[in-house]
Amino acid sequence: MTDATETLDGAAAVDAPGLLPGLWRDGLLIALAWGVAAVVTVSLPDVVPWGGGDLFAAITGVGALTFVVLAFAAHRLGRAGEILIHYGPWLIAIGVWLALWELITAKTGWLPKPFFSPPHGLLNVYVNDGQRLLICIGYTLRLWALGFLSGIVVGYAVGVALGWSKRFAYWGMPLLKLIGPVPATAWIPCTFYFFPTTFGASIFIVALASGIPVAILTASGVGSVNRAYYDVGRILGADSRYLIRRVAIPAAMPHVFVGLFMALYYSFAVLVVAEMLGAKYGLGWYIQFQTAYSGYANVYAALLIMAVLCAGIIRLLFVARDRLLKWQQGFI
Amino acid sequence: MSDAVFAEQAVADQAVADRAVAAPAPHAGAGMAVEIRKVSHHFRLSGKSLPVLEGIDFSVAPGEFVALLGPSGCGKSTLLRLIAGLEPPSAGAIVADSEPVNRPDPSRNLVFQDPTLFPWATVWRNVATGLEARGLLKQHRARVDDALALVELGGFADAYPHQLSGGMAQRASLARALVNDPSLLLLDEPLGKLDSLTRMTLQVELVRLWQRNGFTALLVTHDVEEALLLASRVIVFSERPARIKAEFRFDEPYPRHRDDPGLIDLRRRILGTLGLAT
Ligand SMILES: Nc1ncnc2c1ncn2[C@@H]1O[C@H](COP(=O)(O)OP(=O)(O)OP(=O)(O)O)[C@@H](O)[C@H]1O
Ligand SMILES: [Mg+2]
Repeated sequence: MTDATETLDGAAAVDAPGLLPGLWRDGLLIALAWGVAAVVTVSLPDVVPWGGGDLFAAITGVGALTFVVLAFAAHRLGRAGEILIHYGPWLIAIGVWLALWELITAKTGWLPKPFFSPPHGLLNVYVNDGQRLLICIGYTLRLWALGFLSGIVVGYAVGVALGWSKRFAYWGMPLLKLIGPVPATAWIPCTFYFFPTTFGASIFIVALASGIPVAILTASGVGSVNRAYYDVGRILGADSRYLIRRVAIPAAMPHVFVGLFMALYYSFAVLVVAEMLGAKYGLGWYIQFQTAYSGYANVYAALLIMAVLCAGIIRLLFVARDRLLKWQQGFI
Repeated sequence: MSDAVFAEQAVADQAVADRAVAAPAPHAGAGMAVEIRKVSHHFRLSGKSLPVLEGIDFSVAPGEFVALLGPSGCGKSTLLRLIAGLEPPSAGAIVADSEPVNRPDPSRNLVFQDPTLFPWATVWRNVATGLEARGLLKQHRARVDDALALVELGGFADAYPHQLSGGMAQRASLARALVNDPSLLLLDEPLGKLDSLTRMTLQVELVRLWQRNGFTALLVTHDVEEALLLASRVIVFSERPARIKAEFRFDEPYPRHRDDPGLIDLRRRILGTLGLAT
């Protein structure tokens, strides 16, 4: 890829020495959009003052200048440059969106304070309340990780047992079908009774939300393995243990990953509720606290962090899936 | 796979050794005697009973190569599944080396009509499955490589099944059976999906393997010519429910030639019994 680009550049340089070789046009458009966002932010006054406007303009302005430089350099940056070029249209859209968003919220007041916040209002929250948000992120990640991991481990084990053993499925499947659709939050009263600490109760809620989809999908995955694979295994001298470990489990992996993705969404969705149970910190707690005091900009700021965290973890899960399901590449 | 490897295998594989007590020097890899005693079988299909096999009765001598021919859907694959021990017959019995067959065993290996390789495992892992399942892989890793070389897939050890062509997958599934050194090899149209060139090569290869390893072979095929190139006996089944319709001996020495007049003559007679007079 890089080689090809370089040859192209070289050829262009030889053929037309006067022109700019390897100009990334999207780079200039990004610079333009971001520049407009910066200018809109500083040149028009806020209808109701938000604070943070100058910093936001400075950041988008510097961003714009950087993209002017990158517009000329991107083709020489190798792999990083390719990624940048791939996301060019998105970066333009973000710039346009920032400028519009500034206009319809802070600058014209069509979407008024406090219900809506301009980008620099969010930035203002991150600057002024950054310390507290960082602590909240730490608490939330700890709760999420403990809940999610224990949930998927138990869910996976239960799923394999349900999918493999007829007797286990006889008793377990109806129970799972009964419990499955009940929202995790409905268990709050009895979790309070069973768990000595609210932290334990919170973990349980998150674990339940992530465990159930993993259990259901693992069970259906193990249950729907092509019988012919078991026949092959038995012919070759495999016992049940081998058939579970080397046939049922790998064959069910694609289903398990669907369950994991669902578990991820559900676990994030219940985080806010889980942190209602008397947590002292955490993004969910922060969101409730700020909602109660009409600090909607803070709410948006925390929601944005949660969305980014969730997206980041999903990205990691995709990487793990592509590794583990390399064999499926013909299908993915 | 040298004789030394066979000897090792005999020690490792208690089942094979046990069966060979009668023989003075247990020569593993020697063929298995198979008796099909008045076997009938039916399936339940949408609430009704579907008779598939009816009173099938024949025996196969150790080291014999028998081909089974019959119309599509008559029950040939079913018979191989019963002999492999995947299912018990509805009536009658199957006896392998004077022991009743009631469960699968690696000494009776079945190469399925579809390659059914595990898609999540590399070709090497697939071929190694039998050894791994029996805990023999550590000592016998080389046998996996040998089996892959034998079917000319040495360069594809690390490929996944979805990266193989149909014929390569079929050869990999053959290697997966051969690596276990079966004394009975059940072949369910193993060359059915191959192009005619690969097919001819593998037919020659199969005969060579059979002559060298001395296993008993039971081959299901649609191709009368293939049956006559490989087998010393051809059993023809009727329409479902399958009954034995005719049986032909063909004691021509190997390697055989497809334009051998004896072969062509017999081929015409077999096609006649199948209702395809030429
Ligand atoms: N598990 C099953 N349940 C019900 N019916 C079955 C089952 N397996 C096979 N049959 C039926 O048994 C009959 C024989 O099937 P079989 O696969 O043995 O045929 P075959 O002789 O191998 O055919 P082909 O040459 O096309 O492979 C078919 O009519 C099929 O519908
Ligand atoms: Mg068949």
